[in-house]
Amino acid sequence: MRSNANEYAMVAPASLREALQLLAQSPDEWTPIAGGTELMVALGVGRLQSKKLVSLWGLSELRYTVASANEISIGAGATFTDIRNDKIIAQEFPLLALAASWTGAIANQNRGTLGGNIVNASPAADSPPALLVYQAEIELVSAGGTRRIPYKDFHLGYKRTVLAPGELVKAVHLPRAEKLPVQYIRKVGTRNAMAISKVELAAVGAMRSGKVAEVRIAAASLQEIPARLLGTEAVLLGQPLSASVVDAARKALLSETKPIDDIRSTANYRAQVAANLLEEFLLQLAASSDEARV
Amino acid sequence: MKIAKISFTVNGKPYSLEAPPIKRLLDVLREDLALTGTKEGCGEGECGSCSVLMNGVLVNSCLVPVLQAQGAELLTVEGLANHGKLAVLQQKFLEHGGAQCGICTPGMMMAAEALLSRNANPKLEEIREGLAGNLCRCTGYMKIFESVNQAIDSAEKTTR
Repeated sequence: MRSNANEYAMVAPASLREALQLLAQSPDEWTPIAGGTELMVALGVGRLQSKKLVSLWGLSELRYTVASANEISIGAGATFTDIRNDKIIAQEFPLLALAASWTGAIANQNRGTLGGNIVNASPAADSPPALLVYQAEIELVSAGGTRRIPYKDFHLGYKRTVLAPGELVKAVHLPRAEKLPVQYIRKVGTRNAMAISKVELAAVGAMRSGKVAEVRIAAASLQEIPARLLGTEAVLLGQPLSASVVDAARKALLSETKPIDDIRSTANYRAQVAANLLEEFLLQLAASSDEARV
Repeated sequence: MKIAKISFTVNGKPYSLEAPPIKRLLDVLREDLALTGTKEGCGEGECGSCSVLMNGVLVNSCLVPVLQAQGAELLTVEGLANHGKLAVLQQKFLEHGGAQCGICTPGMMMAAEALLSRNANPKLEEIREGLAGNLCRCTGYMKIFESVNQAIDSAEKTTR
């Protein structure tokens, strides 16, 4: 049963400053809304709890992508279409561009924002694994000022984050470090467009002298938050990609994740597929080592 | 603010109205403006049947609170035909069996319109991606893709 629109208030401040002041006055009262691809769905099925919403859609202070020598900064209000259209992101952060391309479909990408995707804090969100392997930092803003933390520390638990009352995500910053030669991302869902992931794995890596020199791996839909797989990375670092190391990495992935049965898939399927995705990445990583030798 | 004063244009015509600010753009179009060409399918942004263009950009109108359409230029399926003459896209859907029951058709055409406005000559793969957010339970999609493809090839495409 759809919610009654008459029961809801919504305001659209003209500036980020105005929005932050409003939030500061009564932080527990207002819920921010950007492109509406999550909260308007909740309204449609009668599950939108917040009765007072503050619209951030169209605030120019939040909708941008800008590159400096050291990093690219993506405003929280940048849409997935904005991300797909950015040439530097496509070149240097291809996994994020790919994740954006399979988030919903065009109409959702035109409205859904990176900030909303992060703050909604779904364990199945498409963009977080790419942000994690690129070692993103996240900038938070409130009437009291801004703070910047590693994105890996943002999610605390299922749908829980470090955001304080009255605080918004302002931007995500990706360091323009040397791009690692192997870049891998794969989402497994019911179909390409629209489907929410059963499992998603993102990874970057480099081999040197036949051994794993650098590796970062992150996953969605395998535990209650999107997270780096640090235990799996530790098993791989400094090792040649022998059958026994690959097997140990598969086991490490399974021991550090907690896939569940839910409406979209089963724990068993997720575990099997996640380990297979890891192995697919490791095959590509091993092949990059062979190419380097030739 | 429980009632908002909203002004926007739909298909080139200016409108001013009062509505709850979170009221879905879809409902404002259908109920307040009697523009019932835009259809509701899932109401969750998954089927695309309520697609309209907002400032030239494809959106699901079921997920747009009308307050966020303040000042916008909107295009709905009613705006495709010109003085009673079907747009090429509509004509091609008609000729090539792109519509069966018709519920998805307005959304399909708006998604195609959005695609063709930014890519005048899309490949089949690009047509498939451009329409991937629009579900059809009748046609099996091939006739829809063909209709869009024919609209590209049409000699009249400049008047589309």
